[in-house]
Amino acid sequence: MTGAELISAVTRLEAAAQPREKVNMPAVVIPSAIVPDFMRTMRDDPQLAFDMLCTHTAVDRIGEGRFELLYVLYSTKHRHSLTVSAMIPRENPEVGSVSGVWAVAEWQEREVYDLLGVLYANHPDLRRLLLEDDWKGFPLRKDYKDDFMLELPK
Amino acid sequence: MTITPITLADRISAGHAAESPLSTEEYFVNMGPQHPSTHGVLRLVVRLDGETVREVIPVCGYVHRGIEKMGEYLTYRQFGHLTDRMDYLSAITNNWVVAMAVEKAAGIETNDRIQTIRTICAELQRIQSHQLWWGVFGMDLGAFTAFLYGFRDREMVTDIFEETTGARLTMNYIQPGGLMYDIHPDFVKGVKKFLAYFKPKLVEYDTLFSGNVIVQARLRGIGCLSPEAAVSLGATGPVLRGSGLACDLRKNQPYGAYGKVQFDVPVGITGDCWDRYWVRMEEMRQSIRIIEQLIDGIPEGKHMTIKPTSKIKVPEGIYYEQAETARGILGVLIASDGGEKPYRIHMRSPNFNNLWCVTKAAPGHRIADLVAILSSVDIVVPDIDR
Repeated sequence: MTGAELISAVTRLEAAAQPREKVNMPAVVIPSAIVPDFMRTMRDDPQLAFDMLCTHTAVDRIGEGRFELLYVLYSTKHRHSLTVSAMIPRENPEVGSVSGVWAVAEWQEREVYDLLGVLYANHPDLRRLLLEDDWKGFPLRKDYKDDFMLELPK
Repeated sequence: MTITPITLADRISAGHAAESPLSTEEYFVNMGPQHPSTHGVLRLVVRLDGETVREVIPVCGYVHRGIEKMGEYLTYRQFGHLTDRMDYLSAITNNWVVAMAVEKAAGIETNDRIQTIRTICAELQRIQSHQLWWGVFGMDLGAFTAFLYGFRDREMVTDIFEETTGARLTMNYIQPGGLMYDIHPDFVKGVKKFLAYFKPKLVEYDTLFSGNVIVQARLRGIGCLSPEAAVSLGATGPVLRGSGLACDLRKNQPYGAYGKVQFDVPVGITGDCWDRYWVRMEEMRQSIRIIEQLIDGIPEGKHMTIKPTSKIKVPEGIYYEQAETARGILGVLIASDGGEKPYRIHMRSPNFNNLWCVTKAAPGHRIADLVAILSSVDIVVPDIDR
């Protein structure tokens, strides 16, 4: 499937999905409320068959007051990739967990929680992954500050 | 709806409540963070029933250096050098994937010479990584000789790299637009000498280790991963191929000079430790094949297509690029705001995703098997923690 075919196949399955511009591969943006259901559809549809969650991360769009969640999906059967993007507010950043769809999401989501503070609903084991349990704050947020950080020379 | 995160202490007390059908008592043992078989500072909290593993809870982060955060303050060229410190056994491929992403995004042209040298170096790196893994794998199973043999042969590859790049481990060799230096005049001679030396040594490895009855008994049927489970766990590289899926980026989406060479993708059948072992042994042979096809015809040209001091700006957008390291798919995700530094840079590291296979493969086996499973997955901890 070409990129355009892939996107039209995705939007046919889920009308709320819109193509996302400025990504170097086929990409869609979806409302954050439908993330787990949408991902399950992506995995189970035989034409798409995205059986691997290649990576999951988030970008702190502090100017817009939002986090952009990014999921890179890969199909080992059809060998195509798709980026799924979803926006959630920076205040109260909550989204449904996809660990029921792909097992590895459990740990990838833990990493995003640890470093950016995104909270995942229905996550089986939501705790910090790389930092200590009593760490304060989320380092990959753009407004993160702690006592050890140095100011960049002007 | 309120979501409350938990801590490790909560997790352990929850796991302890699980009832065993027999009147035995389960207990937790810490393996690591300073255990030789964890290959660095990884801690496994293991729930045991006698000597049988019931549950494995990996605790990572002991070498977390905030590489992704640092990346937000570094230019793309500077960040490339930081990636050497992630998976230190795949330093060249780590550099390459960042260079590839930046080149494609910023529209930097390279030439055949650069791509061929990059491919040869990446394959040499794969061989030396597998040599080290083979040695350490032997040591984890109690065969100390393998450790010495593996390191002895690896020295020859690191010598070749030292000649060209000046470093033995963190080579900083590939950067956006080309290579740091052209290859050393003796590079081709050195590589050929190494291949001639190493081919018979691979046979020796098999005689010494692979065919050994104890090794076979320790590996066969231990830590089986079905292809479905491996894919769902995000496993890539020899772990996924050991489970029987011929998923290799060098073949599926060729980059560098991989489109020009002939090689096979070895796969396993049952996905046990032996299959993962054998896939890596076979991969060393395939890497030799790839290098042999390329080494005689390195095209002429420049080793750098842009000025080393020129500024690299990546247009606004999201870029994801990936490459196959010795351990699996390494991806880099760049969210750019159009400047010289990434707005956000995320590394999809193969070890991070492979590690979780241990939690599915180990339960039901003995502690000694856990060591074999962990070693057959071949993790490099700094790449997990970043």
